[in-house]
Amino acid sequence: MALPLEKYLRVGKLPHIWCPGCGHGIVTQAIIRAIDESGIDAEKTVVVSGIGCSSRAPGYMNFDTLHTTHGRAIPFATGIKMANPELDVVVITGDGDAAAIGGNHLIHAARRNIGLTVICFNNNIYGMTSGQYSPLTPTGSYASTAPYGMIERPFDLCELVKGAGGSFVARSTAYHTRHLTNVIKDALKYDGFSFVDALSQCPTYFGRRNKLRTPLDMLNWMKDHAVPGASWDKMTPEEKEGKFPIGVLVNKPSKELTKVYDELLAKTAEGGRG
Amino acid sequence: MKEGKPRLLLGNEACVEGAIAAGLKFFAGYPITPSTEIAELCASYLPRVGGKFMQMEDEIASMAAICGASLAGRKSMTATSGPGFSLKQENIGFAVEAEIPCVVVDVQRVGPSTGMPTSAAQGDVMQARWGTHGDHEIVALAPSSVLEAYTLTVAAFNIAEELRTPVILLMDEMVGHLREKVVLPSKSELLVKDRAKPDLPPGQYKPYADYGDPAKVAPLAAFGDGYKYHVTGLTHGEDGFPTNNPELGARQIKRINDKITSRKKDLPQAEELFTDDAEVFVFSYGGTARSAKKAVRDARAKGLKAGLIRPVTIWPFIEEPLLKAKAKKPKAVIVPEMNLGQIILPVKRVMGDACPVVGVNKLGGRYIEPDEILDAIKEAIQSGSAS
Amino acid sequence: MRKEFRLAGAGGQGLITAAIILAAAAAEHTEYNAVQSQSYGPESRGGSSKADVIISTDEIDYPEIKSPEILLVMTQEACDKFVPGVRPGGMVIVDDTYVKDVPPIDAKVIKYSISAKAKELGREIVANIVALGLLVGLTGIVPEEAALQSVLARVPKGTEELNKTAFLAGIQAAKEVNS
Repeated sequence: MALPLEKYLRVGKLPHIWCPGCGHGIVTQAIIRAIDESGIDAEKTVVVSGIGCSSRAPGYMNFDTLHTTHGRAIPFATGIKMANPELDVVVITGDGDAAAIGGNHLIHAARRNIGLTVICFNNNIYGMTSGQYSPLTPTGSYASTAPYGMIERPFDLCELVKGAGGSFVARSTAYHTRHLTNVIKDALKYDGFSFVDALSQCPTYFGRRNKLRTPLDMLNWMKDHAVPGASWDKMTPEEKEGKFPIGVLVNKPSKELTKVYDELLAKTAEGGRG
Repeated sequence: MKEGKPRLLLGNEACVEGAIAAGLKFFAGYPITPSTEIAELCASYLPRVGGKFMQMEDEIASMAAICGASLAGRKSMTATSGPGFSLKQENIGFAVEAEIPCVVVDVQRVGPSTGMPTSAAQGDVMQARWGTHGDHEIVALAPSSVLEAYTLTVAAFNIAEELRTPVILLMDEMVGHLREKVVLPSKSELLVKDRAKPDLPPGQYKPYADYGDPAKVAPLAAFGDGYKYHVTGLTHGEDGFPTNNPELGARQIKRINDKITSRKKDLPQAEELFTDDAEVFVFSYGGTARSAKKAVRDARAKGLKAGLIRPVTIWPFIEEPLLKAKAKKPKAVIVPEMNLGQIILPVKRVMGDACPVVGVNKLGGRYIEPDEILDAIKEAIQSGSAS
Repeated sequence: MRKEFRLAGAGGQGLITAAIILAAAAAEHTEYNAVQSQSYGPESRGGSSKADVIISTDEIDYPEIKSPEILLVMTQEACDKFVPGVRPGGMVIVDDTYVKDVPPIDAKVIKYSISAKAKELGREIVANIVALGLLVGLTGIVPEEAALQSVLARVPKGTEELNKTAFLAGIQAAKEVNS
């Protein structure tokens, strides 16, 4: 008997390459559940990724899927959306992919408000290459390239995207699976650029080095440190220390780029200034 | 656009008109001299034909975006010059590996690095060939006139669509920034090829099918057509999914090389002038070939038996005209280039010990003058007679 | 027949535009072949500027001019730099609004206050079109009507009248100079 979500998976391509206890399967599951619940057309949905552990997810997902080069999923996706605005384009990326090598593309896609849904599988580490620090690795954490502890400051990805003009920004975690599914669903429905910072756990390369010995320890850490957005706004800076807000953090209407372009096309077709 | 009437057109402008005639619907680029007019004109013209222009945040994004747009079924192009061409290389490799049709225009300027942005050079010949990593074949065409900036752009799209591969239009500043009288071919004279679409139902469609015949290339479904297929830069099997099987991997890499080498005869062939009885051959491409042509004509006017071979397809290297020349036991082959000697390397390989292969090389952005080539012809004929 | 023209002056004087119009007139309205090239880059935003045109009955292979037969100079700097390279027996057209000294040269030297004339017509910015009229009138390289059509096709909308006046003033000046 096929499971309800099985039609969204390329079952023949399983098992996946992720380590036992990795959070990426949970996030992937949330995405396909959100796609299912939002009722978008699977035949008209394209899933694009860059390079890294998270970016292997599209290979297991039964859509048109594009596994691109490191950091570049967003500009590839931009070309797809511009070429055919009817398509729902979902970008799956990691924290290294989206915030380091692809950081420029992330902020410009947010600025343009092109209709992509970008989901960052954020596990604070480069997993595929065995645990180097990323721009999301918390200060003081250990990584293979931070053997004495991370000395740099991390990004807050939601704040970054918001600062770049992102008009839909949300965060959730692999612990809050239903909540994660719901914010992704909202992101998919949003007509414009939407960004979801999906915290995921990497027990193999982050947890083991940072006193979170089991996947469960990592999930519990998410549970203990996540604060619903509404409560977050009422907290003092002292109370916020070490914690992070989850939920839809920004959601304001803004005209999507391909729609603006369609207006331009209509104008130039009428013999307007071109 | 006025058909059939003579016009004064800029090389870069002719490239854009050619692209639109070939069916360009998506251009992504980034400003860089001396290719910027191509982006500017695409921004102006494309919306009028229902196409789209995007100025991306960088060169890398431009190359990525055209790959994406092509996979969504639109003919796509980007244009750049040396520094931007360097930045695009990784995603050019992606287009090679994932077999994505697209056109990349490189209007060459002086390098390395920022070099001399407004001055002509031909220093990207080897970068066009080997700029991206890994074993691959690439198609690169070099226009030497404004008319060819048009016709070869059309050809570049046709080859890209037919062979499912990126095609490089290797222009140089000399041609890109030249205004010249042209009569563009009319629509009815123009051959425009579109990519083949799969006729098999989803499930049976293999986006990277290996038919055992390298000249046969799998059709390409557009995203959204219902095929739900996978595209990756990882070495993959016929279904498009990654493979670690050494034999399958080797076979896939070999296939994307062979599909290009097996079609050499179908690519634009060299122009030959006075080669029938030539004793000295000038092998010259792009803007420099204009000087070479003048030099060869001047030589003939002086009774010197010089001939011109002007390759139009630079990569893959088409050996035929040189082999024909070799059979004539020439006194020399002269290879003028606005670089320190790049295309001369395969020329030397083909000619072997048959005759001297002499470079005429110039740096710093100045064109090679016809007299400099003529002097080399004279010298080759004299020393050839003396020996 | 092969004629080589060089138009030189300062960036902003519109000499590249004048060269394009001259080449376009030949290419689009006569049987001749024509090519046009220019020194390109920061120079077009100030500093010196140079544009070349070759008009020929034959195919034009090499597009660069070594020693122009006809040279137009609109600044002293351009005059000093390019006059010595003019082909012996050629022609130098000098805008004596700005050019005060012309080095001795084996060429016909024609002086006319091109920029002053343009200013008198309304705007100095049309000096390039006055110069073009003068050049066309003096050389007869393209029919006046063809050149005027090219002018009107390539100047900004709304400036056609002024540019036509400028062009005809140049043609008239050629007649005065020749008489």
